[in-house]
Amino acid sequence: MALISNRAGWASVSPALGWTLVFFVLPFAAMLAISFYPQDGSGFSLAAYTQFFASPSYYYALFNSLEVTGLVTAISILLAYPFAWILADVVPERWQRLALTLAVLPFWTSYVVRSYSWLLVLSENGLVNATLVKFGILSAPIQLANTRGATVIGFVHFFVMLLTLTIYANLKQLSPNYRKAAADLGAGPIRSFIHVVLPLTLPGIMVGAFLTFVLAIGDYITPQILGGNNELLMPQLIMMQIGRRGDFTSASALSIILMLVVTLAYLLCARWLKIERT
Amino acid sequence: MMLRLTSSIYAALIYGFIFLPVFVLVLFSFQASLFPIPPFNGPSLRWYAAVLADKRLVAGLGNSILLALSTSALATVLGFLSAWGFARFQLPKSGLMRGLITAPLTISYLIIGMGLLVFFNWIGIPKSLIAVGIGHVVINMPLCFAIIYSQMGDHQANIERAARDLGAPEWKVLSLITAPLLWPAIFASFFLSMTFSWDEFVISFLLTRFDTTLPVEIWNLLRAGLNPKTNAVGSLVFGVSILMAILFEVFAFRKRPA
Repeated sequence: MALISNRAGWASVSPALGWTLVFFVLPFAAMLAISFYPQDGSGFSLAAYTQFFASPSYYYALFNSLEVTGLVTAISILLAYPFAWILADVVPERWQRLALTLAVLPFWTSYVVRSYSWLLVLSENGLVNATLVKFGILSAPIQLANTRGATVIGFVHFFVMLLTLTIYANLKQLSPNYRKAAADLGAGPIRSFIHVVLPLTLPGIMVGAFLTFVLAIGDYITPQILGGNNELLMPQLIMMQIGRRGDFTSASALSIILMLVVTLAYLLCARWLKIERT
Repeated sequence: MMLRLTSSIYAALIYGFIFLPVFVLVLFSFQASLFPIPPFNGPSLRWYAAVLADKRLVAGLGNSILLALSTSALATVLGFLSAWGFARFQLPKSGLMRGLITAPLTISYLIIGMGLLVFFNWIGIPKSLIAVGIGHVVINMPLCFAIIYSQMGDHQANIERAARDLGAPEWKVLSLITAPLLWPAIFASFFLSMTFSWDEFVISFLLTRFDTTLPVEIWNLLRAGLNPKTNAVGSLVFGVSILMAILFEVFAFRKRPA
């Protein structure tokens, strides 16, 4: 490749590099620094971190986050996989695009609104309770909103759509020859699925699972609107440090802990997550 | 036959689950009474009128549109320039620098917002829409870079070289050759950035005070509990987003003469 002058190259990359350095790297460094310096001016201290590991109300938020996120990831994959498979293999080819577009349509609701609309469905006088009481299945409304279950439902709704998209793309990439070969060798549809299709789509599922994990564990809106304050998740705890107490030190330390957890998850899945480069 | 039946039932259940909240949202936006809960007693447009009469919501809408357009334009330009620089020049430590530019993609918005809040607070930049705009460029530029960079191939480099041989200066090559060749990738970057900026909540929430974006104004409405006005504004936002998606499909995937 002929090189013109590297000056033009530097000139074209430096605005983006500069932006990233000033508004991403520096803020991150500032956050890291502040997490070691309590706001009372007492100098360097690990207090914000030791506080996290010492008080159950703090580290339980991380446990809750991990539990909810794990549950959401598992349920979403289990629901989305058969659905994506139906869209890819059962629905006739010419309807697939429409079927898929419909399946992800609510994706386009704003995400604050999406959680709110589940509140409409799950609240004490909401659709589910009203219907169940009307048909005599329940004698009185039960609490569905402001529970962990509501948070999980809100998340699963979003990630079923996302995972359907990624798994569908994966299934479509799969050459039908693999399945033909399996059939020729005498495997029925179930064996062919377990031994051929599933292993071949596993990398795609892992990418989707990781994406779900990262997006769900950092989300504040869904647990705040649907889960309420009975049980805090990590992002709620972080926002609470800022909102109620104005404690930047603690909020920064908690953000860094959350980020380390995500990094750890990344390292654990790294062998399946081959991000393609050209 | 059995398989088709099971599949149809399963698909119907999933579609039902996916559409249930949206259906309830839109239906009760036409509620005539004070609460968006059964029984439905509309249709009425009173809550849409209430939304349009709400100065804060209308201001939030304007801010969101302005922010989406301006930050996406900036993110796309910065992403495009850097993608071109990395694809066409052999810069030292190129891999490392590309890694740095795409790094924000792996960090939660919450943490990016928190970092900016701490940083701006420290150097004395007040909370404002400009602060939010800076944050939106931080989250969207890596995406624009990744999309455009992945589409930069050698065949375009050859055409660029031909233009240079014919005496075109570098800025002319970029604007008259490279950008038009990469138009679908540039367009996709701009549109994706717009949708992410339009929908972004937590950075806006952390970095603004009074003058804020639509998602934050909707959040403020939520504090009043269930309210058909929230349904109405939510349905409007949904409508606008669908419209954007349709425009995107039409423009990005339309077959154009080669």
